[in-house]
Amino acid sequence: MIGVISYLVFFATVASILSIAVLGLNLQWGNTGLFNGGVVAFFGAGAYGTLILGGTSQVGQLGGFALPYLLALLGGMVCAGVVAWIVGLLTIRLRHDYLAIATFGVAVAFETVMRNTDALGGAQGIRGFERPLRETLGNGFTYNLAFFAFVLILLIATYLFLERLIQSPFGRLLRAIREDETAAQSLGKSPSRVRLTSFVAGSVIMGLAGGLYATFYAFISPQDVLPILTFQIWAMLIVGGAGNNKGAVMGTFLIWAAWTASGWALSRFAPLEVQLYTGSIQFVLIGFVIVGMLLWRPQGLFPEKLVVSQSARSKNEQ
Amino acid sequence: MQYMGNMADPILSIRNVSKTFGEFRAVNDVSLDIHAGTITGLIGPNGAGKTTLFNVLTGMLKPTSGTVHLDGQDVTGFAPDALFSLGLGRTFQIPRPFAKMSVLENVMLSPMAQVGERVWGPFLGAAKMRDQEATIRKRAMEVLDFVTLAPLADQAAGQISGGQMKLLELARILMGDPKLILLDEPAAGVNPSLTRTLIEKIEELNRDGKTFVIIEHDMDFVMQHCDPVIALAEGSKVFEGTAEEAQNNPVLLDAYLGAQVE
Repeated sequence: MIGVISYLVFFATVASILSIAVLGLNLQWGNTGLFNGGVVAFFGAGAYGTLILGGTSQVGQLGGFALPYLLALLGGMVCAGVVAWIVGLLTIRLRHDYLAIATFGVAVAFETVMRNTDALGGAQGIRGFERPLRETLGNGFTYNLAFFAFVLILLIATYLFLERLIQSPFGRLLRAIREDETAAQSLGKSPSRVRLTSFVAGSVIMGLAGGLYATFYAFISPQDVLPILTFQIWAMLIVGGAGNNKGAVMGTFLIWAAWTASGWALSRFAPLEVQLYTGSIQFVLIGFVIVGMLLWRPQGLFPEKLVVSQSARSKNEQ
Repeated sequence: MQYMGNMADPILSIRNVSKTFGEFRAVNDVSLDIHAGTITGLIGPNGAGKTTLFNVLTGMLKPTSGTVHLDGQDVTGFAPDALFSLGLGRTFQIPRPFAKMSVLENVMLSPMAQVGERVWGPFLGAAKMRDQEATIRKRAMEVLDFVTLAPLADQAAGQISGGQMKLLELARILMGDPKLILLDEPAAGVNPSLTRTLIEKIEELNRDGKTFVIIEHDMDFVMQHCDPVIALAEGSKVFEGTAEEAQNNPVLLDAYLGAQVE
């Protein structure tokens, strides 16, 4: 029994961390229409940033600043934000699929740089991170439960932050830019500034997710920032419903459960020669989920609600 | 034959504006003045360069040469958002509503300098944002009421009729209280009763001091409601005068009406 609960906590922790990243993508894609094809670069910047800033010093590696944990986490978010700001400035004129290709390239470049820079851990990744409060809480179930609570609080905070944001005039502005940039500009708005703001804000949230992910495993390596993670995060958002934060979280839990279950089922029931390809089969499945969803229910399981910021009726009721 | 408008400084003054795309001169050395308080009709056959000229005036295209002055200020090459804040509003030939937003939200977008439009606004300026929102919503409902769209306030803007979208575009720019309004074919594809509504609103706004420039193919519309009338053909200005003069002008009949009405 404790084994099951322990596993559920583990599952929910990872799903909650990924939910935060999906919420960040929802701000960019769901609300602003920015096709970020390089989610892992910002997730990774947050992860690397957190471990480098908060880790103990390692031979031949940058970092080991051993900052207090929350500061390191914040620093990771700043790293993601800075990367996003630079990428955003360079790609601000790109639309749709062009932006997707450019950001995908950035993410691949990020992984390659990490893999080949020994000072940043190289292919081995960054190890030796001391998880916060480990001495007090130990390494077992209690620690995992406490960490899950911490992640959950941050997920709820992110959710509430974004809900408030998209119901404000800022959210209205994002949607207008998403719907028709030309019209928005003819009404006095500056699409490039708004796009950059949304891109950086969403990436900072992805950086938070990356920082938490790295904390949870006390480790990050180039293996964690492969393009497949970008596609998983996209599948979560598309299945849940772009433009709907609740959908983003639901979609994450659903897809993460399906991903985990498919891996388990393949390793358990598939013939041995098929098991060797478990990972590849899962890649194909995630592709099917994305394409199938776009064909049959592009609005997702929880479609965007129409009137978010203001309704004429609520005025009459007052 | 030059139209002699009032002699006050023009609200919009264009000098020798050309716009070329490669070898093609879409707008060729056009100069004209738009005087405050007028409803100017801009006519010409398809491909005459009317919409290109509009796009140059509204900042969507930069002129290849020439200057544009708005209220005495040189605004040549200004971006559309800057021009809107200086009091120039425009609608589109094919309406561009924010389809997945409500009609009300479409209209509430327009006001400039909203505190809540900054990313920290909803958090650090919450009280001020709420005040602004209440004011903006009240004004938006008034404007929607004016253009007869108030009953549709909560509808998705993509689901109203084409004519209603044109009214919505007018409502959106009215929220910015522009001095000069450029309408690109407001009557095209709109049912007659909505066209009547639109004309009433234009004339009412005009009486309140707003200046209009209207591209229109519907000659009855132009002859009845526009004065002066300016005609473009093949990128150049070929006529400027009153509606009456336009109807009797041989150059115009030849270049425009002759080519159109077969």
